Amino acid sequence: MRLPQNKSWREVVSDEILVSIDQHIEAHLNVPGALMPLLHAIQDDIGYVPESSYPRIAKALNLSVAEVHGVVTFYHHFRSHAPGKHILQICRAESCQSMGSEALEAYVKKTLGVDYHQTTADGAITLEPVYCLGNCACSPAASMDDQVCGRVDIARVNEIIAEARGA
Amino acid sequence: MAIKIYVPRDSSALSLGANKVAANIQAEAAKRGVEINLIRNGSRGLFWLETMVEVATAKGRVAYGPVMPKDVASLFDADFMSGAAHPLNLGLTDEIAWLKKQERLTFARVGITDPVSVEDYVAHDGYKGLKNALAKSGADIVKEVTDSGLRGRGGAAFPTGIKWNTVLNAPADQKYIVCNADEGDSGTYSDRMIMEGDPLVLVEGMTIAGLAVGATQGYIYLRSEYPDALVTLNEAIANAYQAGYLGEDICGSGKRFHLEVRRAAGAYVCGEETSLLESLEGKRGLVRFKPPLPAIEGLFGKPTVVNNVISLATVPIVLDKGGKFYQDFGMGRSRGTLPIQLAGNIKQCGLVEKAFGVTLRELLYDFGGGSASGKPIRAVQVGGPLGAYLPESQFDTPLDYEKFTEIWAVLGHGGIVAFDDTVDMAKMARYAFEFCAVESCGKCTPCRIGSTRGVEVMDKIIAKEDHAKNITLVRDLSDTMLNGSLCALGGMTPYPVLSAINHFPEDFGLKKGQVA
Ligand SMILES: Cc1cc2nc3c(=O)[nH]c(=O)nc-3n(C[C@H](O)[C@H](O)[C@H](O)COP(=O)(O)O)c2cc1C
Ligand code: SF4
Ligand code: FES
Repeated sequence: MRLPQNKSWREVVSDEILVSIDQHIEAHLNVPGALMPLLHAIQDDIGYVPESSYPRIAKALNLSVAEVHGVVTFYHHFRSHAPGKHILQICRAESCQSMGSEALEAYVKKTLGVDYHQTTADGAITLEPVYCLGNCACSPAASMDDQVCGRVDIARVNEIIAEARGA
Repeated sequence: MAIKIYVPRDSSALSLGANKVAANIQAEAAKRGVEINLIRNGSRGLFWLETMVEVATAKGRVAYGPVMPKDVASLFDADFMSGAAHPLNLGLTDEIAWLKKQERLTFARVGITDPVSVEDYVAHDGYKGLKNALAKSGADIVKEVTDSGLRGRGGAAFPTGIKWNTVLNAPADQKYIVCNADEGDSGTYSDRMIMEGDPLVLVEGMTIAGLAVGATQGYIYLRSEYPDALVTLNEAIANAYQAGYLGEDICGSGKRFHLEVRRAAGAYVCGEETSLLESLEGKRGLVRFKPPLPAIEGLFGKPTVVNNVISLATVPIVLDKGGKFYQDFGMGRSRGTLPIQLAGNIKQCGLVEKAFGVTLRELLYDFGGGSASGKPIRAVQVGGPLGAYLPESQFDTPLDYEKFTEIWAVLGHGGIVAFDDTVDMAKMARYAFEFCAVESCGKCTPCRIGSTRGVEVMDKIIAKEDHAKNITLVRDLSDTMLNGSLCALGGMTPYPVLSAINHFPEDFGLKKGQVA
């Protein structure tokens, strides 16, 4: 589902990042069902799960590289390429639709000049769809870097974007 | 003594600025030199009044809402700390009609206590169920749950006691309790409210489940879209360990139970129990063939109880007050209460826990106050993205699993999403297919291919191409998905699609009353 942008799949990753990935792997060696918590730990830390880390993960957990690749790509949450500095999610699910999320998403796409799964030219914001944030009592909902926002109209989304860009 | 002030930490309240309100209250109190004890509670579930601030007074808790950050200074000016008058004063919280009309059993403490305080939990009847359970045999605990009539609140409504009995009687060196906290349905947030507002009731319920079936390890599979719930749960679990309610020796009984939260990763299908287990094992969330049932061969091949958050969070009150007490609520074979979530285009959205039997109309109008937009409510979707759309003529249906089955609808997890008369039901049918295509695990053809075909055909219907032929095609496709899918994602996508066509034919270019 995720469209890699402007990046070759063999993304170059610094030694420093590889060292921290190895530390996460080390910390998860004895965890039952380690792969998901490990992928989360890596993504929480560096923002994505670089493809160059797959062989190290596979080796440590006794999996094939294809299996690791399969898991990373199955889940919408994981990304294999570096996102923008901030991640803006717009809820596309029914409750938010009933309160006008379609107009909101059209506005955001136009304002940011990107479609879903893309990052703004200045690298500030990656736009992603999300299917329910559990904030359906305050639809339409959006979230910026895990901070959920409710009853988001155009003024509010402009504020959210401006805040992120200023930060 | 410092006056207790409550500001919710519920993420919907946070989404409306509750943290800013809390910070302003702290700052204003410091500025005025008044001592306060700020407690971050769960939400009472009246979301149109969030941020709802409460103050503990001699007469009881007084509520103010909706409080914006800018209102804080004026609240202090009006002496809200003594419960004084103010335009936002809502009176005594316990007297708010919207709450008084409810039967809050599972949600008894939500919004009242400090969610992560074991002391507060125990002071409000927490851990009474566990105490009773510790004095019983596993079989007797299971019997109590069976007697309560509790059916799974995750969607399938399978009797919880019967599931537990299967795990109890499956011999194994290791068994597991898995809590399904993947709450992916649009229009639902009751699991989240429990996890953020009273996580210890879930911890207690899982511990009781462990004692009942002989499982010593529990996992909560929590959707990644709930970062705030993750924090609350982890705090609550750490505090329960600290207080001896989790661990190697629960309350000195010599029995053990360990609990850990695992994060999901944004796949709707992982709410399906076998897909969830695959995911917990570190694999792609492909749905498993059944049998074997998870109760026999579940997580890592061991007997496993998989239950929804609400099912498990209801167990403590059943063990506290008895199965009989719980089953006295409800109607027909739907016993007890359902935490209903009002969502979408409704004026007063929120959490209504009522005994089964309440009608949709009461919920939409008496509780909900009609639509948010002021236009007529035209359709409601009950039970998430796989639930049917209901027209006005069905609003008198009582909430009851069997009554909903009779009208080819489902209650699911109790989410109700309302749409006003601007909704285009053909678009909603298209969206149902689209969602299925995005979320399909890909294991079976009717779902994987059928959903994408469905989107294409709906596009043609919307563009009025080969109309009659394409309506027939959607029906055939739905039939194939209904009958040929391995799980309910593919198998129930036809519910929203066909109900939209049948109840709102005019949106599909058909004459009213004409069902192609
Ligand atoms: C596609 C799909 C998604 C589901 N999502 C959830 C969910 O998010 N939460 C949940 O509790 N059950 C969900 N279920 C139902 C589970 O498979 C299972 O029936 C439930 O977790 C059992 O718990 P209960 O008996 O307590 O309801 C889903 C089922 C399907 C087919
Ligand atoms: S119906 Fe869809 S989601 Fe369910 S098993 Fe088949 S392909 Fe997977
Ligand atoms: S549908 Fe948008 S938050 Fe639930």
